[in-house]
Amino acid sequence: MKGGVRLTIYVERRKIVFPGELLAEGKYASGANTYKEGDKIFSAVIGLAEIQNRVISVIAFKGYYVPKVGDIVIGVITDYSPTSWQVDINSPYTAILQVMDALPKPIDPAKEHVRKYFDIGDILLGEVIVFDKTRSPMLTTKGKGYGKLRGGHIVEISPTKVPRLIGRRGSMINMLKKELNCQIIVGQNGRIWFSAKSLEDEELFVKVIRKIDLEAPIPGLTQRVRQLIKEEKAKRRS
Amino acid sequence: MENDKISLVTEDGLRVDGRKLDELRPVKIEVGVLANADGSAFIQQGKSKLLVAVYGPRELHPRHLALPDKALIRCRYHMAPFSVEERKSPAPSRREIELSKIIREALEPAILVDRFPRTSIDIFIEVLEADGGTRCAAVTAASVALAHAGIPMRDLVAACAVGKVDGKIVVDLCDAEDKYGEVDMPVAYMPNKKVVTLLQMDGILTREEFDEAFKKAISACEKIYEFQLNALKKHLSIIEEVKEEESNG
Amino acid sequence: MVNRASLVLNRNRLLNLLSQGRRVDGRGLKDFRPISIEIGVAGKANGSASVKIGDTYVMVGVKAEIGSPFSDTPDEGVLMVNAEFVPLASPSFEPGPPDENAIELARVVDRGLRKSEAFNFKDLCIIPGKKVWMIWVDIYVLDYNGNLMDAAALAALAALMNTKLPVPKVEGEEVMLTDETVPLKLGDYPIAVTIGKLGDSLIIDPLLEEEEVLDGRITFFVTKDGNICAIQKSLPGVFSPDEILVAVDLACEKAVELREKLFKVFGIS
Repeated sequence: MKGGVRLTIYVERRKIVFPGELLAEGKYASGANTYKEGDKIFSAVIGLAEIQNRVISVIAFKGYYVPKVGDIVIGVITDYSPTSWQVDINSPYTAILQVMDALPKPIDPAKEHVRKYFDIGDILLGEVIVFDKTRSPMLTTKGKGYGKLRGGHIVEISPTKVPRLIGRRGSMINMLKKELNCQIIVGQNGRIWFSAKSLEDEELFVKVIRKIDLEAPIPGLTQRVRQLIKEEKAKRRS
Repeated sequence: MENDKISLVTEDGLRVDGRKLDELRPVKIEVGVLANADGSAFIQQGKSKLLVAVYGPRELHPRHLALPDKALIRCRYHMAPFSVEERKSPAPSRREIELSKIIREALEPAILVDRFPRTSIDIFIEVLEADGGTRCAAVTAASVALAHAGIPMRDLVAACAVGKVDGKIVVDLCDAEDKYGEVDMPVAYMPNKKVVTLLQMDGILTREEFDEAFKKAISACEKIYEFQLNALKKHLSIIEEVKEEESNG
Repeated sequence: MVNRASLVLNRNRLLNLLSQGRRVDGRGLKDFRPISIEIGVAGKANGSASVKIGDTYVMVGVKAEIGSPFSDTPDEGVLMVNAEFVPLASPSFEPGPPDENAIELARVVDRGLRKSEAFNFKDLCIIPGKKVWMIWVDIYVLDYNGNLMDAAALAALAALMNTKLPVPKVEGEEVMLTDETVPLKLGDYPIAVTIGKLGDSLIIDPLLEEEEVLDGRITFFVTKDGNICAIQKSLPGVFSPDEILVAVDLACEKAVELREKLFKVFGIS
């Protein structure tokens, strides 16, 4: 056992693993939802084991959103101050959007109120520009496509499922846009803004999101979702 | 007291509820029983019934309580007024305050608190029916609820109490054995890391008796761990079903 | 209130010292700080004692009153243990009702005393179902510098050994207290020994600086026959089963030492 580096992976890809389960031993990197002790890597959550290159990670079934600089997020304004807004980004960390990161010019508090631009309850699309766990995450809405989202609806998905919702090179999300004929904006924080042409399309979209949330880690999802859409549309015709 | 004492263990080595000395009560754990909580579990061990909810990680209010480098773990163990024979006042008793602390200290070492600083993870335990071993059942169910919530942990924590009744070491005391027995020793254990996170005892044990009881407690915790895994696997069974369909279809 | 960065630095420093078998105050891993026990310190109490372990200073007063027994134990006296972490004892203690630490301390000392069979509760009965002795043990923490448990338990035991109860005279339904007193009879002398874990080392009697960075803490109450009558693992932290077994042995060994010190104060050998 001692002497010589042991390179062992104890689980196969996509095996359901539990906190404390030994995944690998040796010169591997500890990826998402794992922890390392010495040169042993253990799962930290319930999820599916994933091995890619030399990185061992676990795709969690359930998670919460921890902001990362560069993430595109959909937030809801919850409070304001003379020079900033507080934004709920579906995370244990409330974000701050400062006036200088939202508006082209500073505003004169005597003449204008910040609420004129974003009011409580408004939905916005923005990007995380600062986050280091010692302070609140900071957002910007200056940028192409960022800003207030008008109309449409918000639905939430577990943040761990967002990569699957987008799919490889956008395969899943583009399929949904086409098949459901709707506008979709996906935030890394597990919030999805969508606008459909009809009530039925809206309902179908929510159903699809629920399915993805539930079944994300299981291979063949895109096909199953395509199948669901086909079946639902057929039901409508009859 | 000595003359009127109920015989808690018969000559055949059977206990008041018919169990053998090393036998656990039936354990049932259900995952995800509450819609609002981030993680939840229900446990029934013998006649003891508990409900656990986990909220978090979430923003901590009041803000000044937040720890700059790790999550704050808060735990409330509480017994419903109707959970015991004589109605218990809803106000927290000294026992509930001590147990809340002990349970928190049993779970905290398992949680990777460094991963979400300045947040809180709140664990709420409600005892609906108390028939002995509630603090252990609470730890067991709370672990499951934490895992259900997706909170990163080193390991689950499984707990079980052992004791001494009529001079014999027994596993998983029911209420009568706790009340009329000689020793009660609750233990919580991380089964993969193989470490103890909760250990209390009251009563008199010789060194040898302690060794025996302790060993049996660890063994019992390992059995409880199996119940936890099975409950979580069952909760994920829908995933397994789809997986199977995929490989067959 | 404690600076977290400094705690990390302290922990590393203490671990470093331990790897050389030393502690921050020069003690060995198995050594208690200097212990002093004084009895009869509170004149208005039925019994009292104060204990200093290093700079930790705890006083216990025992008050005995005649009262009604609990309904489920009509022929037994009553023991009640309470602990107050008074604000003058530490910058971290705030005025108010006992917090979880004070409650835990009181309840653990209570269990240690009660379960050792130090008390014969039936002896404390005066008129069955009506009048019994209520023994109030009040633990007063006066200076907090680590290891309150051992100091409190030792002071409580010393105070009880110092306790004298007035001899009651029963006249029908009434109880009169005479001027005669008898010492409270104790059947055992349980001693608490607390062991802290820091890294891989087990240390006896953690002082405040050590307590702030411990990786675990466990207290054992040991009876005069070397049996264990109470255990409390406290603080988040873990112990391997082997560490627990080593700790039990260590506690039994040190309990003998502490009991000898206590007996010396009372002139018992």
